[in-house]
Amino acid sequence: MSDKTLIVDGLNVTFEGRSVVRELSFTLAPGRCVALVGESGSGKSVSARSLVGLVGARGEVTARTLGFAGRDLLALSERQWRAVRGKDIGFVLQDALVSLDPLRPVGKEILEVLQTHGYGDRAQRAARVLTLLERVGVPDVALRARQRPGQLSGGLRQRALIASALALEPALVIADEPTTALDATVQAQILEVFQQIKARGSSLLIISHDLAVVAQLADEVVVLRHGEVVEQGPMQQVLRQPQHPYTQALLAAVPAEHPGGSRLSSTRAGERVPRSAVPGEVLLQARGLGKRYTGPDGVVRQVVQGVDFTLRAGRTLGIVGESGSGKTTVARIALGLLQPDQGEVLYRGQPWNRPNDAVSEARRRPLRQQISVIYQDPLGSFDPRWTVAQILDDALQVAGVEAAARPARIQVLLEQVRLPASLASRRPLQLSGGQRQRVAIARAIASEPKLIICDEPVSALDVSVQAQVLDLLADLQDALGLAYLFISHDLGVIRHVSDDVLVMRHGQVVEHAPVEQLFEQPAHEYTRRLLGSVPRLPGSGAELVVPPLDLEHEAFDLFDESRLWKIAI
Amino acid sequence: MSDPTTLTDPRRERLGALARRAAIRLGGGLLVLWAVATLTFFALRLMPGDPVLAILGGTTGNPTPEAIEATRREYGLDKPLPVQYVLYLGRLVQGDLGQSYSQHQPVTRVLAEQAGATLELTFAALVLAWLLVLLLTVVTAGRGRLIGGLASLAETLSAALPHFWLGVVLLAVFAFGLRWFPPAGSDSLASLVLPAFSLAIPLAGFIAQVTRESLELTLDQPFILSARSRGLSDLAVRFRHALRHALLPGVSLSGWAIGALISGAVVCEVIFSRKGVGRQLYQAVQLQDLPLVIGITLVVAAAYVLANILVDLLYQWIDPRQQEASA
Amino acid sequence: MSDLILEHSQAPLRRQRRLQWPPLGASLAILFLLALLLAALAPGLFTRIDPLAIVPREAFQAPSWTHWLGTDQSGRDIFARIVHGARQSLLIGVAATLLSMTIAVSLGLLGGLGGARVDRGVGWLLEVLFAFPSLVLALLFVAVFGSGVGPLIIATGLGGAPGYARMVRGQVLAVRNSGYIEAARALGHPTARIVLRQLLPNAMRPLVVTLTMGVGQAIVWASALSFLGLGARPPAPEWGTMLSMGRDFIASAWWLTFFPGLFIVLTTLATTAAGRYLQHRLEGRLP
Repeated sequence: MSDKTLIVDGLNVTFEGRSVVRELSFTLAPGRCVALVGESGSGKSVSARSLVGLVGARGEVTARTLGFAGRDLLALSERQWRAVRGKDIGFVLQDALVSLDPLRPVGKEILEVLQTHGYGDRAQRAARVLTLLERVGVPDVALRARQRPGQLSGGLRQRALIASALALEPALVIADEPTTALDATVQAQILEVFQQIKARGSSLLIISHDLAVVAQLADEVVVLRHGEVVEQGPMQQVLRQPQHPYTQALLAAVPAEHPGGSRLSSTRAGERVPRSAVPGEVLLQARGLGKRYTGPDGVVRQVVQGVDFTLRAGRTLGIVGESGSGKTTVARIALGLLQPDQGEVLYRGQPWNRPNDAVSEARRRPLRQQISVIYQDPLGSFDPRWTVAQILDDALQVAGVEAAARPARIQVLLEQVRLPASLASRRPLQLSGGQRQRVAIARAIASEPKLIICDEPVSALDVSVQAQVLDLLADLQDALGLAYLFISHDLGVIRHVSDDVLVMRHGQVVEHAPVEQLFEQPAHEYTRRLLGSVPRLPGSGAELVVPPLDLEHEAFDLFDESRLWKIAI
Repeated sequence: MSDPTTLTDPRRERLGALARRAAIRLGGGLLVLWAVATLTFFALRLMPGDPVLAILGGTTGNPTPEAIEATRREYGLDKPLPVQYVLYLGRLVQGDLGQSYSQHQPVTRVLAEQAGATLELTFAALVLAWLLVLLLTVVTAGRGRLIGGLASLAETLSAALPHFWLGVVLLAVFAFGLRWFPPAGSDSLASLVLPAFSLAIPLAGFIAQVTRESLELTLDQPFILSARSRGLSDLAVRFRHALRHALLPGVSLSGWAIGALISGAVVCEVIFSRKGVGRQLYQAVQLQDLPLVIGITLVVAAAYVLANILVDLLYQWIDPRQQEASA
Repeated sequence: MSDLILEHSQAPLRRQRRLQWPPLGASLAILFLLALLLAALAPGLFTRIDPLAIVPREAFQAPSWTHWLGTDQSGRDIFARIVHGARQSLLIGVAATLLSMTIAVSLGLLGGLGGARVDRGVGWLLEVLFAFPSLVLALLFVAVFGSGVGPLIIATGLGGAPGYARMVRGQVLAVRNSGYIEAARALGHPTARIVLRQLLPNAMRPLVVTLTMGVGQAIVWASALSFLGLGARPPAPEWGTMLSMGRDFIASAWWLTFFPGLFIVLTTLATTAAGRYLQHRLEGRLP
């Protein structure tokens, strides 16, 4: 027993009579890592919180054994808990932008742990803060310690958050989705930091929805679904020979492992029809697009520069890039909602978007039916007063469908996106994330478009739901001959959906190639680094390559494209 | 947004930005004051009745035509309106607000005598209101439905209390009934208690409502969970992390509250027969004492503008993120 | 196996932490407001006593079975005066709020829709108006146009306008930057249609709540002016005026001031509670 840091046996958590975790058991030895894997609602985060006594007043935790370093966690008083938290158990949450106090410098947050647990004197504490930041790979520690999370890039602030959890060398570190909000290259760096924590002899409990991330760290995997353990075992065994159908489905849903043409979800059998090799009509063409913004600090930033691409009917062009790469700005220019400063966009050979109001909205409007859009956040794109039927009715009306014909068309649209007709009277707020995205897709195809611009359409969804939505998009493409301009930060998704791929970085296209060529023989050094930093499942043969800290990228990560439009509008 | 690659001191950078912002706001405030002065001047010239009669003691004074003519010249009322306006602005810049018709002394002197008492009252009320807010919200927010419901009921009730009624009720109970505090006057600290409470309680109700809401939102934030996972006690989390965020809406509401407090001060000074510009304004309006009305309005507007600049700077200081977004 | 990864169609449960008013409170509030409305329309239903009848020998009667809320210095029944005063107070409250809202919506829409330069102008105008605290503005107004019910309504309405205008402007800007307006543009709707069918309804929706709560606030401000002797003239049964009259007798006859004030408080509470209930209905987006 004494060689185990943590012993969890028969953990149950209920909230006001509703059971959210049932019979969870695992043990954790020093220097080892257990991963709890599951989608939203699986109870994985609640399990983690019950191990630091923070499930909240309404939650009730019971277990046969909940032992930590020889102590019974269930018997701890609140005062005793406080002595354990931060000192013996470190806790790292998702997205440091909100998990660190946004109004305080990050150094103060680390200092707080030291003060609370009475570490050393003032000078020793101050020195310790800097040492900790250095250890997790933060450069210029003296300056960074005095900056707030909002002034640090995603990678740096996540490192700072980890430093605050490591402050007193806890025997156990719990990390709840620690890399979820991060870019691929940064994610690889953060995983490396966790590797070092493990190597120093701490026990690590990692909570994630991402099997590929888990594969990099875990020795043992526990797969949770609706609060129930569905499969548990050594990492290699669970990920290579999954026994439970749910684990198999989760693995099958990872798009990175399945190049284009295959199906991700198993709701319907059968492969996709191979796409015709005959090139279709050129729909959208961009030539030398450029866009710059004056930031709130008066600094002019070139957000997009010299972007060219061609999209043909029935094909998918993927645009991939990390935060600040300008990919979303390109999408908005392609949509005709934002004017470029340089270059032009042609739609079927006609001018569609040019600088200085050269193409008026009145000229664009009749063509708008042919170009639709799907956003990452479907909820925000629906008028909150409207029901699903009203949303679709509005789209059909603008497409010129007669009022009498609309109810029947709404039925057909719902069928096409595989939603039950009974949902027509619901409001988007009453739908799940996947259902909302399906409604958004139904609205997008209502006007029978030739082209849909998809801006991170599956980034906010669980893997299995993501798989279903990607399959739906593929089916619609085959059935309706749609072209997609598909924007994503997720290389796996891009590889799965695209025919051609544009890799963007700092507003410029670094590589433009057919999908297989890009993924098999990346020409540009940045593309190789990007591909290498994507965590893969075991057995795929690829080692995770940890890219070096890239200060230029950090600077670009800091500036938020969406905030600039708000000012520009 | 500060560029992470430049190595400037974040604190000095912040102070510099605050100073710049203060300068910009002061400039804007002067412009607002000019507009207030102009509006007041022309609005009051529209007033029915001859100001000369008001100067000479109202219609009952029955002054001779010679006296009227002399007074008209004395106060510069015989010149055309635009000339009067320019002269008025010129004197304003020199800090001369003219002679009060009813009190026959410079308006500036009246203001100097009276402004202190009003400042004392509104400041005491603001501080008292914030104390009540902190007491009520920080301790009770997120503590279960019953306590939250009761505290929320208390806040709604206080926000619904009109100053004038509260003042009269406090007067009846604590001055005439229990005789704890004097019913009138403005000399002792004891005489400040009742008016300050009758101003502070409704204000505290308003601020507490928004503060509670924002505190409950803040307590649900991930960084609060982070802070708890570091071993901080519940009170430490509330005071060191949550409070700073929760104060923001209340602080920006305080800017508006300055206006409400000044309005309330008029009523309270009348009820408690206190010295102060509020009661002076009330009397000046009844006596048609133009220079005094204009003078008090200007001073009140200046106080409001200044207070709002301070509130704005306080907000920036509490939440430096705003500074980056708007600097 | 397909059912394994099929999503739950269950809607995410919205937590309603702000729901502090039980339906009981809201229904009491609405009931009180309805009674007030009834009193304004037909005061005879509540009392048969003439609110203006002077009965000197019944002056300063404490609350009793014959005079529920007592009598004033002239022996007039206070309950009857309060019931008859409801019309005046409600009229002033509603009219002043409507006036505030009209000004506010015009200014707010102008600022929110008129482009950056117009918006800056409107913002500056609002700053100037804000620099006149509402009671000071009302006093100035009364100084220029004299006292009485008409000026009282206008003074109260003007005093409240800048606050509401700022709210409308913020609301319009928020809706204008929202995802669904952009989605409507991408669908190809003409601008006029977007403004009329989506921007205005969504921006104006929260104003229903503000309007409801505003009536209570307007009644308070109007009463404050009456209290200072700048509103309705005695012996008219107006709540603020009654309060003001009773102030001289506060040491001996507390009921003269207590009850009119209580009704002002109850009205404000009722409008607040009803407004919050409406807000929850709107935010909860119940069908």
